[in-house]
Amino acid sequence: MSRASFTSVLFTVASRRVRLFLGNRAISLPYFAMPLLFLALGGGGLSNLANVPAFDYPSGYTTFFFVYVLLQGSAFAGAAAGAAVASDFETGFVRRLLLAAPHPSSVVAGYILGSVVLALVLMFVLTVVGVAVGVAVEANVLEFAGLYGLALFLTVISALWATGFALRTRITRAQTSASMPIFLVLMLSPAFVTRALLSSWLRVAADYNPYTAILESSRSLISGEPDKIMLAYAIALGLVVAFSLWTLSGLRQALRST
Amino acid sequence: MALELPNVGHMVYLSRRSAVRALSEPAVMIPTTVFPLIFFGILAGGVSAAGGIPGFPDASYKDFVFAAPFVQISLLAAVSTATLFANDIEQGFLDRLLLTPASNVAILVGHLMGAAAVVIVQASIFLVVGLIVGVHMESGILGALIIAVLVVLLTVGIGGIGTFVALRTGSPETVLGIFPLTFALLFLSSLTLPRDLIEADWFRLIATVNPISYFIESIRSLIIVGWDAEALARGFLVAVGALAVGLVASVAALRGKVERT
Repeated sequence: MSRASFTSVLFTVASRRVRLFLGNRAISLPYFAMPLLFLALGGGGLSNLANVPAFDYPSGYTTFFFVYVLLQGSAFAGAAAGAAVASDFETGFVRRLLLAAPHPSSVVAGYILGSVVLALVLMFVLTVVGVAVGVAVEANVLEFAGLYGLALFLTVISALWATGFALRTRITRAQTSASMPIFLVLMLSPAFVTRALLSSWLRVAADYNPYTAILESSRSLISGEPDKIMLAYAIALGLVVAFSLWTLSGLRQALRST
Repeated sequence: MALELPNVGHMVYLSRRSAVRALSEPAVMIPTTVFPLIFFGILAGGVSAAGGIPGFPDASYKDFVFAAPFVQISLLAAVSTATLFANDIEQGFLDRLLLTPASNVAILVGHLMGAAAVVIVQASIFLVVGLIVGVHMESGILGALIIAVLVVLLTVGIGGIGTFVALRTGSPETVLGIFPLTFALLFLSSLTLPRDLIEADWFRLIATVNPISYFIESIRSLIIVGWDAEALARGFLVAVGALAVGLVASVAALRGKVERT
């Protein structure tokens, strides 16, 4: 009974989240449009960077930048869970749900599962568009699944961070503040060029940024030359554990105030 | 039909309300100030290798890309001010305002001045940050003032177009929907590389027909060239054109709303 009620709430919340998100163009459009614009910027506007001496990536600049866009899109799809939780707090929906659900954590898990589904939709769209504009996928099925796996880990990490933030603030407007650190972490990495070409301060930031390992491993996966995959997955798993604690403590705070 | 002259007193009062409202909203002010600065820092540090592309202008990439935050604040403030206007419509404030003696033009200009105040503050912050991080302004203080004027004109113009959308739809969410469009204008431009160094033909074509490219290039010319009359003329043409379209469209939409009410 207990497990059934957990999964029942989980899937109900997740499907509601997916339905509401995809049904509201004003909300969903930016999540699709922004990565596509970034892809256009990288594939078209910046592709000349491949001609910079010392730029070393065998699959070309569009593929190089596509991986960044894919990971960024999946991370922001996760962050959208926070805005959804905050919005539902403002309408009172989450409060009622938290009181009614046998396992309040199933409500939070539902929002995160919904984000994972949305991230998959977004990643599929990006991959189709990417391949159409010249992204070279040289990975085999397993390597490609590994790339998607890392991207989905980022979705979950971002969703946990943003949901934990929303459970504490419970204000939609404040959610921009939750997205900012995600954007920063993603950008303080070899986003536009390889690490060797970053300027000094950004190079230092990228060296210490755990996301760099995930990004570089993802790039190695799409080019069919896997490198440091275990390290990337270990970092991702560690971040999931850390942010799960953050979210659960946020949930406890929210329950105390409900 | 007699020309409807704005009452200056009403306009000043509404401008003040609009500016105070926009500037005292940290949830809007902080991200819209910090985000463009971060983006500038990331571009300056992350794409600086572009300076090594043969044919790149004789300037540091940091100076080259310093135009980016000014255009970003302009677009962000324009969307933000249009969203606030849509909120006024949704909450009935505009309907009550329309019952007062304030003219349509006073209402609109007063409202758009809030965005102008925001970008003046932000542009000043950026210029100071630019000096601190070593951006070299070839055109000096006068060039910095010209940048501020260009940014205000574009903000009010795009803000006017956003206000037109707000008046036609009355929905803050729909107005927010133009946000990706403004980013499309920004990204699909000569923001990161000179147009002649853009390798992809399709992107170069889009950047060439995108008016924001010329706006960026006018600000960039003040930073890395000095005084380039042609670049400045194109930038002002874009900014004044946006202003004319924005004001005419929003005044017409407001007049239509008054007639329907």
